[in-house]
Amino acid sequence: MESILIAEDLRNNFPNAIFETQIHRGQFSSIVAPEPIVEMCRFLKEDYKMNHLNCLTGVDNLSRKGKHFERFEVIYQLYSIEYRVGLRLKAQIKDSEDPSIDSITSLWTGADWLERETFDLLGITFNEHPNLKRILTPEDWEGHPLQKTYKLKGNTEWNGFTKLKEKVKQLKQFDFYSAQEGTHSND
Amino acid sequence: MGKMNNDLMQIEDGIKFIPGASALVAPLNKIINWGRAGSIWPATFGLACCAIEMMVAGAATNDLDRFGIIFRASPRQADCLILAGTITKKMAPVVRRVYDQMPEPRYVLAMGSCACTGGVFDTYAVVQGADEFLPVDVYIPGCPPRPEALLEGLIKLQEKIMQEQGRWSQFS
Repeated sequence: MESILIAEDLRNNFPNAIFETQIHRGQFSSIVAPEPIVEMCRFLKEDYKMNHLNCLTGVDNLSRKGKHFERFEVIYQLYSIEYRVGLRLKAQIKDSEDPSIDSITSLWTGADWLERETFDLLGITFNEHPNLKRILTPEDWEGHPLQKTYKLKGNTEWNGFTKLKEKVKQLKQFDFYSAQEGTHSND
Repeated sequence: MGKMNNDLMQIEDGIKFIPGASALVAPLNKIINWGRAGSIWPATFGLACCAIEMMVAGAATNDLDRFGIIFRASPRQADCLILAGTITKKMAPVVRRVYDQMPEPRYVLAMGSCACTGGVFDTYAVVQGADEFLPVDVYIPGCPPRPEALLEGLIKLQEKIMQEQGRWSQFS
């Protein structure tokens, strides 16, 4: 079994959903539409024993040029342990208020945290995910840091850090030197 | 070493030993500072890659035990916090909490570029220097600092402790 045969069979089964299949350094990747992603993954998992989800991640294509590229991309790196072949799916997601794609946690439970990470950093919603909340940034963080429109220094200061600084100011009066009526300074 | 006989024996600048009486005569400042400087107990607390260098400094070759520096697994028993690594904003409240749990006297060492200034991570997620939310006593530059640099930082802290006046009473 070879990746190219699997990629071709995938194209035959989902003729409208596969835009292009590329090869780079012996690795095959298919650029696909986001809508039938669960069916495609199920097809690969059940018919071609692609039982191992190596990686699930996302890309912001804002400044990336390519024929089929949309604003966001979710990448599925699948691998068949039995056949020892891999295939990469790149689902293209159009720019919108709420970019979304269906969750594949029903197929691989391990996709749970990977999808949460992709949601956290890129703002892509995974429909029917069992527990879609932030995983890396604090829960009350604003924005999605890996979006190209997100500024390097952040758009706003995180609320928790502002609170911490206020708390530090309040606690200063209990410092050893501050308690001695400011006769010493510990700054 | 001073003279023997019945005279006081000076064992260190300002600290005298009474022969035959097993007693020392010294200013309280000096003797407390001397005790503290010789038993800096840092909390076992690593944040990032600098922690690896900190562990090396504690291991056989460099052996922090020589200076009476013993890592303690609880902030309640520690009197020094070595900030070894990048402090993210999400981690900052936790770091501050560890510091708040430490009893007086307590000291803070910022180890490495990240803890001192944020280092190369001039980004949304990283605190730009531990002094934004902690009173830092010694800054150790380097990325990461070699164990020798950490040793020098701790010796600097010892020197700083030896200079303190009356950090043992609210009334001194």
